[in-house]
Amino acid sequence: MSTVEKVGAGAGTYVDQRLGSNRFLKRSLSKVFPDHWSFMLGEIALYSFIVILLTGTYLTLFYKPSMVEVIYQGSYVPLKGIAMSEAYASSLDISFDVRGGLLLRQMHHWAALIFVAAVSVHLLRIFFTGAFRKPREFNWIIGVVLLTLALGAGFSGYSLPDDLLSGTGLQIARGIVQAIPIIGTWGAFLLFGGQFPGDDFISRIYSVHILLIPGLILALVTVHLMMVWVQKHTQFPGPGRTNNNVVGYPLMPVYMAKAGGFFFIVFGIIALLGGLVSINPIWIFGPYTPDQVSAGSQPDWYIGWLDGMLRTMPNWETAVGGITISWNVFIPAVVLPGLIFTAMALYPFLEAWVTGDKREHHLLDRPRNAPVRTAIGVMSLTFYMLLWIGGANDIIATTFDLSINAITWFLRVALFVLPPLAFVFTKRVCLGLQRKDRDKLLHGYESGRILRLPHGEFVEVHEPLDVKERAIIESRLMTDHAPLPMPASVDAAGVANKHYRVKRLQAKLSRVWYADQIPAPTMAEIEEGQHHAAHGALSEAPLHAHADALENVPFHGGVLHTPGEEKTNQEQLNDRGGHL
Amino acid sequence: MKSLVARRRHPLALALLLLFALAAVAGIYAVASASAPAIASDSTQTQVEEGKKLYLEGCSSCHGLGAEGTVNGPTLIGVGAAAVDFQVSSGRMPLAAPGAQAQAGPAMYDEKEVAQLAAYVASLAPGPQIPTAEDLNTDNVDVALGGLLFRTNCAQCHQAAGGGGALTQGKYAPSLMGSEPKEIWEAMVTGPQSMPVFSDSSITPDDKRAIIAYIEELQTSASPGGLDLGRIGPVTETVFLFTAVAAALAFAAIWIGMKAR
Repeated sequence: MSTVEKVGAGAGTYVDQRLGSNRFLKRSLSKVFPDHWSFMLGEIALYSFIVILLTGTYLTLFYKPSMVEVIYQGSYVPLKGIAMSEAYASSLDISFDVRGGLLLRQMHHWAALIFVAAVSVHLLRIFFTGAFRKPREFNWIIGVVLLTLALGAGFSGYSLPDDLLSGTGLQIARGIVQAIPIIGTWGAFLLFGGQFPGDDFISRIYSVHILLIPGLILALVTVHLMMVWVQKHTQFPGPGRTNNNVVGYPLMPVYMAKAGGFFFIVFGIIALLGGLVSINPIWIFGPYTPDQVSAGSQPDWYIGWLDGMLRTMPNWETAVGGITISWNVFIPAVVLPGLIFTAMALYPFLEAWVTGDKREHHLLDRPRNAPVRTAIGVMSLTFYMLLWIGGANDIIATTFDLSINAITWFLRVALFVLPPLAFVFTKRVCLGLQRKDRDKLLHGYESGRILRLPHGEFVEVHEPLDVKERAIIESRLMTDHAPLPMPASVDAAGVANKHYRVKRLQAKLSRVWYADQIPAPTMAEIEEGQHHAAHGALSEAPLHAHADALENVPFHGGVLHTPGEEKTNQEQLNDRGGHL
Repeated sequence: MKSLVARRRHPLALALLLLFALAAVAGIYAVASASAPAIASDSTQTQVEEGKKLYLEGCSSCHGLGAEGTVNGPTLIGVGAAAVDFQVSSGRMPLAAPGAQAQAGPAMYDEKEVAQLAAYVASLAPGPQIPTAEDLNTDNVDVALGGLLFRTNCAQCHQAAGGGGALTQGKYAPSLMGSEPKEIWEAMVTGPQSMPVFSDSSITPDDKRAIIAYIEELQTSASPGGLDLGRIGPVTETVFLFTAVAAALAFAAIWIGMKAR
């Protein structure tokens, strides 16, 4: 035993005698996790959040959440002597007069952008692979709540420096609150403690930003990870991977090293960004005063789609009994986001209802094997990305010499036309891939080698799939599911079915869900197909074993390769004395 | 002639002679004093005449033979030398093609010709003058005040960093990053395209100099935070995030996520 091991064992025993922790550690440290790069997306979110907490703590030491008007006397000359809020002045001090302040501020902001991006892309991965299915529906809901909290954290942070950009954002936020019928005006007064911008809002949103939201995020992230721990991580299909096992490596030492290393990579990338790439240059935007606004004012990326909806919406208003209802703000900024987030949270339950699938799923879906889900995802992404164009319409207009009005009208049409097109297109692509999979199972894969048969016919040699690919493709056989049966309006005894209408809708949607699925072949068909392919590939070999094997120019598309030979290219080269 | 010689001793001859001499002196003085501040080698009158020739050739088809304006172009009476200097030396005029607004580009007239055109248009009616070096002297001005005035009066179209911004129907406020102080002054006093006129009564010459100094500060200041991404805020930050940063993180994720060997 080395000294290190002795000390470690001693410490372990000491702690175990007091906490009884060894059994827990033994079980936890040998817990197995599967490997895939897309499983790292959630980790990026976690690590960037840690960076946010660390850098944010440093910023709180110098930031002053106060709307008291001060005259700036710091070292940034182009603002010297200008009246501004203490919040903005302290943000400037952090940027110019606090040692390391600008680096930490920029790291904090970049980490925030990366955090929300990682959460979003992680959510997409979960969606497209069906990882939200039973038993993980609750964890999906926690994820959606975490995403909304992330948006809240980002927006509240964007508002704190009290520069021209953040004030403009707050003014829009206030407009959105005001647009809620009946309670809007009161709500805005309540939030801002009076007229805009008032004196209260910065200190209020500060406590939301540094206490409430991070606390909630921390708590929910803990629950999120504990559920992953308890329910075990899902895995992609592969050889030996089933719904009942997890194939991978133990937490200790493999994932400890991987996760630890990845944390420092993410930290390093954020540190590089903070040091090298400017973000939110508040000194350019100036202090916020309600009589100023800058062209090209944009929110951070994750609010861009909401801003896009606001900018694209026609200016509809209705006046009812002296009260104006601003549909132009209320619909895009309150109603639609509410609907979208509700639909997102409920999606696992909706899908399970439509498919009638009540089984547990620990093996991930390949997106092509759930064409309607994949198509819904791509449709939503298309909608979302079009809204990004809407949010950046003025920048796009000046950059590409376009008319801002033309962009708006393009979006008003495209938002209704392109997403359905994306749905149809994606579904067809998925079905095409399914067909390709079926062909591979039934005939082997196309080797790209053309064989001329004695009677003159040309055929392409098919080869059997390797174990890994076959296991991946065959995973569909385990998940494939038939549509729900149409319910009968009356049962055998002639009693009317009370739930007939609902059940009929469910069955109809189920048919839509499974419609056009390419039927998966049976195991027997697959075995026969693979056997056939193996046989075909074998039958090619003797042909080449004959004289033409050596007479053939050993080039196939620039690659040294004599078909049918067992030897590798290098071995063939060596046989020929190293030259062609 | 004979009668003139005969009357040279007439009592009124002296008075008449004195009158002629005074008129000559006054005339010479008037001509000399008027042409002195303009380009020395070229008298105002010839400049105006040359300018008129250029005008009739290059401008009159849209602005009218007497600069009274047509359906294709506005009247130039009263726009002043500053407007001509701004529009022609920035290449906006003569208009290359009809569009949402005139585009800046290579100038079609050289400096001398621009001065002649400006002299002609200025001769039609009084209007804003081309600023002198003294007008544009930004020594000892308050840059911070200029920033405040810039954000209050200019940033809503030209963007807080002066990068330009979109207006309606394809019109735009151009970037100020390459603008000369003279151009900025002229734009403020003449209000080209969609820009309002900021006369000396709304923004005093001192304030104009402060604004110019602030724009020069924007043009020359280094970015304290590193690569500035165009200083237009979140849009370029987003593009950078989803290209360079996403690529770096994806590369790291794929590397770490690879099967342990």
